[in-house]
Amino acid sequence: MSVDHATVRKIASLARIAASDAEVEAMVPELNNILGFVEQLGEVDTSSVEPMTAVIPNTQRLRDDVVNADPLTGGGVQSKVLANAPAREHGFFGVPKVIE
Amino acid sequence: MTELTNLTIAQIRDGFRAGDFSARDVAEGFNANVAAAKLLNAFIVETPDHALAAADAADKDRAAGTLKPLSGVPIGMKDLFATKGVQTTAASHILEGFVPEYESSVSQKLWDAGAGMLGKLNMDQFAMGSSNETSYFGNVISPWRRGGGDNAPLTPGGSSGGSAAAIAAHLCPGATGTDTGGSIRQPASFAGIAGIKPTYGRCSRWGIVAFASSLDQAGPMARDVQDCAILLENMAGFDPKDSTSLNMPVPQWEAGLSADLKGKRIGIPKEYRVDGMPAEIDALWEQGIAWLKDAGAEIVSVSLPHTKYALPAYYIVAPAEASSNLARYDGVRYGLRDLPDGAGLQDMYAATRAAGFGAEVKRRIMIGTYVLSAGFYDAYYTQAQKVRTLIARDFDAAWESCDLLLTPTAPSAAFALGEKSDDPLAMYLNDVFTVPTSLAGLPAMSVPGGLDAGGLPLGLQIIGKAFDEQGVLNAGLAIEQRAGFAARAEKWW
Repeated sequence: MSVDHATVRKIASLARIAASDAEVEAMVPELNNILGFVEQLGEVDTSSVEPMTAVIPNTQRLRDDVVNADPLTGGGVQSKVLANAPAREHGFFGVPKVIE
Repeated sequence: MTELTNLTIAQIRDGFRAGDFSARDVAEGFNANVAAAKLLNAFIVETPDHALAAADAADKDRAAGTLKPLSGVPIGMKDLFATKGVQTTAASHILEGFVPEYESSVSQKLWDAGAGMLGKLNMDQFAMGSSNETSYFGNVISPWRRGGGDNAPLTPGGSSGGSAAAIAAHLCPGATGTDTGGSIRQPASFAGIAGIKPTYGRCSRWGIVAFASSLDQAGPMARDVQDCAILLENMAGFDPKDSTSLNMPVPQWEAGLSADLKGKRIGIPKEYRVDGMPAEIDALWEQGIAWLKDAGAEIVSVSLPHTKYALPAYYIVAPAEASSNLARYDGVRYGLRDLPDGAGLQDMYAATRAAGFGAEVKRRIMIGTYVLSAGFYDAYYTQAQKVRTLIARDFDAAWESCDLLLTPTAPSAAFALGEKSDDPLAMYLNDVFTVPTSLAGLPAMSVPGGLDAGGLPLGLQIIGKAFDEQGVLNAGLAIEQRAGFAARAEKWW
């Protein structure tokens, strides 16, 4: 499979990365090179193989079902959460208007 | 008195305990080396005050008789680890100015053990690269140069290139690294130092900027095997905040070090003899085999038949996970925001990410987005994860006839900056010997074996079974003792 200008434009849009036509054009052969390289995986017979889900067997842990089980990731840290925000207003993240 | 910055971590720790020097003397020595090495560009942020504060605390602790495992030892911290109050960027523009409100679990463990921080080390942007040329903050220059008056700036390797260069130049005695496909081992090989990637899950990923979560693993880099064991003991351990953290006790790797390999079987995988590999690397590999035999090990030939599929599988799995992990950089919660005039929310996302990510990061996000997109997921991602199962099975089959594997770490010595940066695929091939281990989550380390004809370091890689860091370290020690690697980059910076 190979990608063309329109496909790369669509991938860029899905990835939310703005790109000029020239940038898209430059990426077409780059991505095709890499995709051509990874396509050799198609020759491996994997019909009786399960996809890897965990490299080291491990069990999913559940934390206690309580509020603020971990104070670091629980609530009450609004100012810390907002400390690095490019824009903040009234204790919220600030973003451009989304509804006219 | 010996220059303190020439000491290893073990020598600093023990000399400090014995009262031969103060922790402040050590920290001041390394701070001075860091400040005098701007040409190497190994650090993004220097934190001499952090190192001095830890040193003063260590001096007080010594007086009070309350020493900690790393009291008196300053280290470098790869800029992938979130450090509270100190800028953490993953060498990207999109995180420039980001000052975490929290500390990564691994760095916290090191500070709790008494270590101090000399600074945040430069690296490939988001750990994506093998030459340290993708950093937004400029290339790290290796302290090593080819002999014969060739002053071409060389790569320190990547992605933990700042860590490798800083250790090789004695700007720090040890540092943290992270390894997703070889990012500890390949730079260690290029810079003539030691580095170990432990079993996946040994070190908590909490607070490490995520690249490919099923592969990312932190580990130590230092001048020798013992120092790696010391640091790893103080980095590893269960962390409830990382769902893939191993809930197992941390072995006493330093106390368990032994270069006697009697009864150990070392496998030599024939698939690692790749076309076009320099004769010197082949010769070093043979030398490594002889060293391990001399240490009492038995050498056996093994086969890892799916080795050639490891890199293509990696370049699907890692970009797929990266495209998902890096979706968080949106210009809303932290980091860069690029808001063109009159732009809406979607335009802001796209403009921010276009301005904030470097070319290689964008390339990998694009590949990852494509292989995960509707209609292509099974052909690419599912197939890659199935191949990954086969690669892990190859190792399982090899462990039936051996305990450890010996391979070269990288297919070449350090190359010149710019030599491969125009060809992403040629760059990816640097990780041909390190990626299979990452895909299988196994522990592996690189130790210096010798120099090539140009006077540049070459490393040997030891791969072990899951959880057998001790076996890996011991074989590394056996090689280190026989290689007697004492070469050092001549100071030009």
